[in-house]
Amino acid sequence: MADLTGIPTMNHLTTARIAPQVTRSHWLAPLAPRSRFSLRAAPQVLALAGAAFGVAPSEQACRAVVQGTRAALWLSPDEQLLLGLEADTASIQADLHAALGKAAYSLVDVSHRQTALEISGPNAADILNGASPLDLSLAAFPVGMCTRTLLDKADIILWRTQHDVFHIEVWRSFTDYVTGLLSVIAREYES
Amino acid sequence: MTQFRAAKGGRIDRSSAIEFEFDGQTYKAHPGDTLASALLANGVHLVGRSFKYHRPRGLLAAGAEEPNALVGVWRDSARYTPNLRATTVEIYPGLKAESQNRSPSLKFDRAGINGLFSRFIGAGFYYKTFMWPKTAWKSLYEPTIREAAGLGRAPTQADPDRYSNRHAHCDVLVVGAGAAGLSAARAAAAAGARVILCDEQAEMGGSLLSDVHTRINGLTASAWVASVLQELKANPRVTLLARTTAFGYFPHNHLGLNEKLTEHVAAPKPDQPRERLWQVRAAEVVLAMGAIERPLVFPGNDLPGILLADAARTYLQRYGVKVGSVVAVVTAHDSAYQTALDLHAAGVKIAVIADTRAEVSGDLAAQAWAAGIRIQHNSTVIGTRGKLRVTGIDLGQVSGSNVQPLESIACDTIIMSGGWTPSVHLHSQSRGKLVWDESLSAYIPGQTAERTRSVGSCRGIFGIAASLADGTKTGAEAAGTTSSITYEVEETRLANTGFIGALPQPGGKPGDKAFVDWQNDVTTKDLALAMREGFESVEHVKRYTTNGMATDQGKTSNMNALAFLAAGLDKPIPAVGLTTFRMPYTPVTFGSFAGYSRGELFDPVRRTAIHDWAQAQGAVFEDVGAWKRARYFPRGNEDMHAAVDRECVAVRQNCGIFDASTLGKIEVVGPDAATFLERLYVNSWANLKVGQSRYGILCREDGFVYDDGIIARLAEDRFHVTTTTGGAARVYAFMEDYLQTEWSDLSVWLTSISEQYSVIALQGPAARRVLEPLVTGVDVSAQALPHMGVVSGFICGIPMRLFRVSFTGELGFEINVPSDYGRAVWEAIYASGQPHGIVPYGTESMHVLRAEKGYIIVGQETDGTMTPDDVGLSWAIGKTKPDFVGKRSLARSSMHAKDRKQLVGLRTQDPKLVLEEGAQIVDSPGQKAPMRLIGHVTSSYHSAVLGHSIALAVVRGGRARVGQTLYVPMPTGDIPVIVTSTVFYDSEGAKLHG
Repeated sequence: MADLTGIPTMNHLTTARIAPQVTRSHWLAPLAPRSRFSLRAAPQVLALAGAAFGVAPSEQACRAVVQGTRAALWLSPDEQLLLGLEADTASIQADLHAALGKAAYSLVDVSHRQTALEISGPNAADILNGASPLDLSLAAFPVGMCTRTLLDKADIILWRTQHDVFHIEVWRSFTDYVTGLLSVIAREYES
Repeated sequence: MTQFRAAKGGRIDRSSAIEFEFDGQTYKAHPGDTLASALLANGVHLVGRSFKYHRPRGLLAAGAEEPNALVGVWRDSARYTPNLRATTVEIYPGLKAESQNRSPSLKFDRAGINGLFSRFIGAGFYYKTFMWPKTAWKSLYEPTIREAAGLGRAPTQADPDRYSNRHAHCDVLVVGAGAAGLSAARAAAAAGARVILCDEQAEMGGSLLSDVHTRINGLTASAWVASVLQELKANPRVTLLARTTAFGYFPHNHLGLNEKLTEHVAAPKPDQPRERLWQVRAAEVVLAMGAIERPLVFPGNDLPGILLADAARTYLQRYGVKVGSVVAVVTAHDSAYQTALDLHAAGVKIAVIADTRAEVSGDLAAQAWAAGIRIQHNSTVIGTRGKLRVTGIDLGQVSGSNVQPLESIACDTIIMSGGWTPSVHLHSQSRGKLVWDESLSAYIPGQTAERTRSVGSCRGIFGIAASLADGTKTGAEAAGTTSSITYEVEETRLANTGFIGALPQPGGKPGDKAFVDWQNDVTTKDLALAMREGFESVEHVKRYTTNGMATDQGKTSNMNALAFLAAGLDKPIPAVGLTTFRMPYTPVTFGSFAGYSRGELFDPVRRTAIHDWAQAQGAVFEDVGAWKRARYFPRGNEDMHAAVDRECVAVRQNCGIFDASTLGKIEVVGPDAATFLERLYVNSWANLKVGQSRYGILCREDGFVYDDGIIARLAEDRFHVTTTTGGAARVYAFMEDYLQTEWSDLSVWLTSISEQYSVIALQGPAARRVLEPLVTGVDVSAQALPHMGVVSGFICGIPMRLFRVSFTGELGFEINVPSDYGRAVWEAIYASGQPHGIVPYGTESMHVLRAEKGYIIVGQETDGTMTPDDVGLSWAIGKTKPDFVGKRSLARSSMHAKDRKQLVGLRTQDPKLVLEEGAQIVDSPGQKAPMRLIGHVTSSYHSAVLGHSIALAVVRGGRARVGQTLYVPMPTGDIPVIVTSTVFYDSEGAKLHG
């Protein structure tokens, strides 16, 4: 029986796509759907994958590397979260399978598992610190740093993309909780 | 202005007068007053009744250590806070406060009669008095205790306010902003450190705010405070937190700070949080908590009008309030002389300074002498006069061990000083050791357990110059450097003396009503009684007498109790030991701890992609873990039973659609994926072909069923594993644990895909006809896709993983589509099913349908003590496998005992009777308790399809009992039941394979 994993993505029904609803505000924005892959492999295989993906993965812990429309986030020594355009889902998958061939690795499509939010503005770090126990000073959490962490009772991936801009990846069913929590905190900065 | 408001001085705003209410009466105050200073300014000393004896009590202190003046403060009916210290309540216009523990009024309190019976309610009274007769418990003792217990009244409405939370990090956290804390923060900030400085009071500065004599670098103490605060405020790396109490010291320099944001505001904005909980992780901590003045213990020392000397000075110099007109001073320390001189200068008559010491030297004594104030050496107090306010003091003269009455002196106020006790609370909370300093007669911080340092008077360094130097040196040290900052200080030097224990009394007896712990009404007699009854350990005495307990945590009482015990036991003080200081330092509201976790945000509420559709259809939801799952879909006036009956019949006859998205899903990928599952699950996986799935059982090491689910092989090296909804997270963790700690040799990785896919279960004889028109790229015929087959394809153009599986016993499919498409695909299937009578069904019908087939639910049929064989699943175990988790445990002989509880079916004689889930089972009727219980009902439903009730149960040796009659004893009598097979419906499985 044939391998069942090479599923091409059909894009003609994108109007049927319903992501978790997020109310946009001056500090919070939902990010567009993306293709997401969890790539697990030994470091040398990850480097090989980086060549095919077009982003050399960070060797430094907790750092994201961005190249064009794609990003690779270091989540653990053998784990990268790959982000790309939604339209590239099938090609990313095919390219990586082709490049990695018989190497030992795991590539799993998690595009719909999580949603992405952007927290921005001068109070972004303070709002996050209402629920995140991390030290978000620029010295301790510089631009380009990313980590899996807790936002009170939700698991998130937190990635500082700019001085005062944070990218959050959250499992879709926790989106309401995370945005609700951050919104309550953000009210403290409304004049 | 009243006669008690000083003509000048204080940090209050005299240009503005505000009104507040206490016990229904309106008084005037100035901005900057506390409730305590405002009451004193109005001549009000009587502010509360004591906890146990309901004795009239006044203000003892001016700060957070106040044990007596506990008041209720409210803004409206939903905002009532009991047990606030009047000394820390800031006045705002319209503030409403009331005294507590009195009925009907402070001046006449019915329970004050407790004082008459006080010899019956001494130490440990509740252990002794209410022993007998037994019948008096319900009618007398319990109601009486309930009436007397507790302090203040709890608010009855939900808290309408919001509470904030912040996590923060810093290089140096400084607790306390007096001389030592300010200089420490300044030195650390000068070194470039990230500094947080917090102080519990409205204004930073500590004792410097009531010090009008000391000069620092040529400035008055308060001007110096202002200049330092200005400097720190201008530093972006410094955070200043006033009104912020560091209440708890947690491991790894994690401190809890409670910031009061709106308690002092007359009309807080409705959106403004009331308090903020700061959770600070500090690289280094500097504790500058200061010292608390010790009261003196003598008979009648708790009358209103008797207070600590330093409190009297604070009231005068910080709040411009004179504590009385004629003041008697009792002291063992020089600092009370300064207070006496300040009061004298403000026009208050000082009747006497009764000094416990034999001789006093130094500037202050000389100044007092020069001012014509009478000083009496070798003094003691043998009694006080007055009922609701002190009217006189009875002095005694000490010579050797002999005490002679000396003289009775009229006064309306007594101020006292037993010296100073370093505040070691947070150091102690951080598990730091305390050492006894003989020269100070005090416990001071010793060995630390955290990166923490104590500075100033909280470590026994007294005096402004010494505190500034100590703070500077230590603050810089905490920031990893040294400091060249120095201060020029002009201050009066004080001798470090003091008195601990009870003042000597005639005949060496403790005397009456000599209070050690004001808040908990503990006297020297109580402590003496405890010792007579054999309580020698300080921890036992504390609990027996309640000394140092409750919100007060012994701030004013610990040392005196300790010294009294030591004297009574004839031991040195350090040999008596010390009780542990507990967090919180001062009480913290529940709201502050709850923070944002209330209402919708109490816990995450997880909803599937199909949730909104189900809600629009009127589904009733139930909580399964954090998920909301549709339980049933009532139509018209249907109740749950009617809806479930209809849904079940529809699934059996036509077709039902069910949202199974909450199932846990894990993608197991890698060359060793099959080996990994082989070792983990009881089943064989190596022989599972690509495109097939199998029902898997996961046991724990003890051999008991832990989870179950369908596992599909998508490729040689790729499996799609499903788990129970509730088990998703723990099964994933269980797998990771094994992978990382036991089998790190395996090349396999786990990825949670629970939320990647919406799972739509389509079940019933018409399922294929509903599905067929929607799919492309797959053949869903019985030949191409048999039961347990798995295939990839498209539905409505959306990629899907299609499982032919069934949890109902009907022909069934589970359609996995990427979650954002879940709703669209669901609606497409629902539309396609309309001609076939499709109905949405919920978890309740799912439970009935699976029970009709005898399918178990882990956690319902299993309880952590059931083996696969117990629940009839031994067929699933891979018999030839060398090992799997739990195999060794399952080989134990007890796991094969014939009388183990085994899963069976039960039928009642009355087809309408539905057994109670959890009901016990016995093998003969009419048993008397204790009965011999042989099992219990695990699942029980009415089956509309079968026309009778069905039940699953676990019964000892159950499979050998099929056909027997057993009994379910209920309050209404024994219900006879017949043991049956677990499969009630379609036992040949014809429908399943259709």
